[in-house]
Amino acid sequence: MKKRFLAISLAAALIAMLFTGCGGQGTEPASAKPAETAAAESPAVQQTGHMASNEVAIGIAQDFDSLDPDYMTAAGTKEILFNVFEGLVKPASNGEIVPAVASEITKADDGLSYTFTLRQGVRFHNGDPVEMKDVVYSIERRWKDADPAAQLAALSVIESLEHDDSTLTIRLSEPSNEFLAAVMNCYILPAGYDSQETAPVGTGPFRFVSRAVQDHMILERFEDYWGTPAKLDKVTFKILENAEGLVLGLQSGALDLVAHLSSDQTAQLNKSDFEIAEGSMNLVQALYLNNAEKPFDDVRVRQALCYAVDKQAVIDLAFDGYGIPLGTSMFPSFSKYYDESLTDYYTLDVEKAKELLKEAGYPDGFEMTITVPSNYTPHVNTATVLVELLREIGVKATVQPVDWGTWLEEVYGNRHFQSTVTGLTSDNMTARKLLERFGSDVGNNFTNYSNPEYDEILAQALRTADDAQQTALYRQLERNLTENAANVYLQDMADLVAVRKGLEGLTFYPVYVLDLSPLSWNG
Amino acid sequence: MKKKINGYLLAGLIITGIILIAILVGAFWTPYSPTAMKYGRFQPPSFSHLFGTDNFGRDIFSRVLKGAGTTFSIALSTVAIGALAGTVIGAVTGYFGGLADDILMRMNDALTAFPSFLLALLVVSLVGPGNKYSVVIALGLVFIPSFARVMRTEYASLRNQNYVTGARLMGVGSIRLLSVHLLPNTIRVLLPAVTIGFNNAVLAEASMSFLGIGVTPPDASLGYMLSEAQGMIAAGPWYAIFTGSTIVLLVFGVGLIGEGLQARNREVD
Repeated sequence: MKKRFLAISLAAALIAMLFTGCGGQGTEPASAKPAETAAAESPAVQQTGHMASNEVAIGIAQDFDSLDPDYMTAAGTKEILFNVFEGLVKPASNGEIVPAVASEITKADDGLSYTFTLRQGVRFHNGDPVEMKDVVYSIERRWKDADPAAQLAALSVIESLEHDDSTLTIRLSEPSNEFLAAVMNCYILPAGYDSQETAPVGTGPFRFVSRAVQDHMILERFEDYWGTPAKLDKVTFKILENAEGLVLGLQSGALDLVAHLSSDQTAQLNKSDFEIAEGSMNLVQALYLNNAEKPFDDVRVRQALCYAVDKQAVIDLAFDGYGIPLGTSMFPSFSKYYDESLTDYYTLDVEKAKELLKEAGYPDGFEMTITVPSNYTPHVNTATVLVELLREIGVKATVQPVDWGTWLEEVYGNRHFQSTVTGLTSDNMTARKLLERFGSDVGNNFTNYSNPEYDEILAQALRTADDAQQTALYRQLERNLTENAANVYLQDMADLVAVRKGLEGLTFYPVYVLDLSPLSWNG
Repeated sequence: MKKKINGYLLAGLIITGIILIAILVGAFWTPYSPTAMKYGRFQPPSFSHLFGTDNFGRDIFSRVLKGAGTTFSIALSTVAIGALAGTVIGAVTGYFGGLADDILMRMNDALTAFPSFLLALLVVSLVGPGNKYSVVIALGLVFIPSFARVMRTEYASLRNQNYVTGARLMGVGSIRLLSVHLLPNTIRVLLPAVTIGFNNAVLAEASMSFLGIGVTPPDASLGYMLSEAQGMIAAGPWYAIFTGSTIVLLVFGVGLIGEGLQARNREVD
């Protein structure tokens, strides 16, 4: 009798514990490994071990989609392979585009040609010197490769390449301010080398050593690097798709650095072991509205939502206060284009919001659905807070979490949605991507924003070669989006990075990269 | 048949009764609004907030009251679907055997072979993600095979009993035979199966929330709350503790009832 009672109670407790396992969504195998390593070596030993051997273990949440840089699309892959590959130019942490494999860049006055001087003494990771044939091969691969997947749309303005042994002149059919940013993404690869996918070779400060799919990748310092050499000898990336695994890895000493953590996750870390660095994700998080769908086809309704949503409340409730409020489709890292005054264009005003709703014919509010990708907890949490805030003006919102695939297909692809919370980003150094997508006929304008004035300014902005003029036009576009309340703009989310004490040199970039070369152990 | 209440049954009924009362109260009244976010993030348990507050500053006690109701009703309707369909399938296959048995049980096997997540996704794509009942339908489908198998065995073992043969010879129709003569005798197997199924449904509901079916934020359900709480175990351990304890209590209570029923059956036998 007694035994049976005990058995039931144990079973009940066990079943409840199972749950906690369920939440991880079947990523146990990935997290199991580092836990073992952690158990095998005590944290202290591990720490001095990494420090003594001058290496670092970094936890990342997803595997690499491709090691061939011309085929990688995932932001998480570009973020890391930034250390392995370089173009003729590359991004610097201040947002400028600086020479890399080219030592000098000259732009013709008419903007119709660029001349690159090949830097002397640049070597590939396999020891071969970089020659002009490699540069031409690399650019042609992205310009007119047989496989369209490798092509960059922004390179379609190229008319011809002219080169001798040390200089390359690229002629364009029309001036383009996005051209240099596109050249940045033409990674210089050895001509004709066809094993990039398995044994990538580039010119960056780190060279590829090995990779185990879904488990880890190892990089080592490239001794013959042309620029300032990296300080670390070796960097290991451990793939832990379970977010809890990343935190546990840090706590146990198996990992030294993890980026893109939430404030709840960093709260679990011991402050005497870790430094929490705060950067920004460089994305525009917003409640994106389907402007073609009732009731959001009415500008007054959209404005009412803007007046009802207190951005700071969202940041405080869902992000523990970390995040920069935004008022338009641009973030502060693009300081040249970013118009800060738009952030406070709409301030919390429930009465005004109700009035606008009344004018628009919704005196008692309406019902709406916020579709969110369920694997992005920050967006789900934001939507949850929005439901509360919108209740104040009588709008009954419900959150509809869907899996990532469904979201991409239904919301982003087919535009079958009423509203959604997501973050839009720009993966090269230009602001164009953030604004171009709101043009009426643009393929990825998933919000169906349609404003003739906007289209006109946009066309003008994309035509002009003058940088100052283009900047002014971009700012006009931002204002247009805010005034017409295209979407309820929220924030640029904070990027919290946990760094083990003693590891120094972490630098934030306005693009999504993790620069390993300045990292070093102190002491 | 003498009705005897044993210790398990009594304890189970008391625990489940208390939870049921709490659920009933929660349906009409909670100390605070379960979705209001104005009580401060991660406040530890106190007299004003018995279970503390969560990451949005919501009162966990109010949410547990509401969430327990949601979880309970989802689990109940899921088991109802599973038990009903399972009993019908089990009765037909177990009693008649033959071709119907082969066809239905193979379909049953096919259903078992499907991972429940995939099955749930299928239901969502058919019913549409916004539908509140999709979780019940999806989970109900998942639960049919186990009920069907249990009931089939029971019906198969009963069909050659003398009283059944007797009834059949007297010209009792199949439907009446299955429902009036045989069904009451399967109760001793069905009831424990229902209680076990109920507990599984409570647990399955949590994983379904992740797929966007069933409970969606900001509504509360115990499963969803616990999966949320696991990421905040350092910042607010009380969140996981109180939510988890409530689930344990619910599962434990119903588990005891099931065990009590089985024990009573043994005594009767």
